[in-house]
Amino acid sequence: MNPDAASADILDVSGLTPAKLGTWLFLASEAMLFGALFSAYILLRAGASPAWEHGWHIFNVPMATLNTFFLITSSVTMVFAYASIQAGNVPRYRINMAATILLGCAFLVVKYFEYTSKFHHGHYPSTDLYYATYFTMTGLHVLHVIGGLIVNLYFLGPGVKLYRTEPDHFVSRIEATGLYWHFVDVVWIFLFPSIYLL
Amino acid sequence: MTAHSRSHTPIYVGVFAALLVLTGVTVGVSYLHLAAFLAVAVAMIIAATKGSLVAAYFMHLIGEKKIIYFVLILTAFFLLFLLFVPWIVSMGDYRVS
Repeated sequence: MNPDAASADILDVSGLTPAKLGTWLFLASEAMLFGALFSAYILLRAGASPAWEHGWHIFNVPMATLNTFFLITSSVTMVFAYASIQAGNVPRYRINMAATILLGCAFLVVKYFEYTSKFHHGHYPSTDLYYATYFTMTGLHVLHVIGGLIVNLYFLGPGVKLYRTEPDHFVSRIEATGLYWHFVDVVWIFLFPSIYLL
Repeated sequence: MTAHSRSHTPIYVGVFAALLVLTGVTVGVSYLHLAAFLAVAVAMIIAATKGSLVAAYFMHLIGEKKIIYFVLILTAFFLLFLLFVPWIVSMGDYRVS
């Protein structure tokens, strides 16, 4: 039996596809990963003496706000991509997935300028605990964005072939991809105020 | 996959607008330079609201199967533990002998 075909079938017991349950379990583990870093941030900042600077003194808040706009919008285009492929509209799926990828790239471009600006001023992860925390948390998030972009690119390009032969299976994959991308957005929704606004 | 009988587009657009407004509010509030505790509380409440909107509508948690809720409630419990226990413990009076 083709193991991939089974993942598109509904499980009797849970009423879920393995893809959906598996993805949510994965996201739960990712929440603990970022949660550990947030916990370290809370602990370090609460005990810092002298107290850490406010984010708005260190970072460019308008630029970070623009990045927040990019990721939120990319989440919208991602959900439209999923709705489109669910409805069988492949061209609209492609447009929305392409928009999601472009917005993700825009996020990375802004991040590039943000990081290089810090490097230019001699601030590196090794500089002190403050910058170590900043670079680690945002850096891990950037890696997650890059990973998501690679998967999204695959499903925009060569991956679409699966829709011709097994449409339900492909839609299930896009659902999982969307869940991951929204999670990356939610992490940023918490990261943004924590680092830049407080 | 079950097909949706009517378009969800208005919901998605509405959530998008709400997210933009909440982003504006959280940035605007940051310029007020509130006292530390209040600033953190407001920022986290707004962030939690935004995250909940994304989870509920974009991730389709509304109307999702109970087992997913169970996974997430368990995660939330451990997350709260992970986030606050180290800090709370650090405020204690214990000494390392």
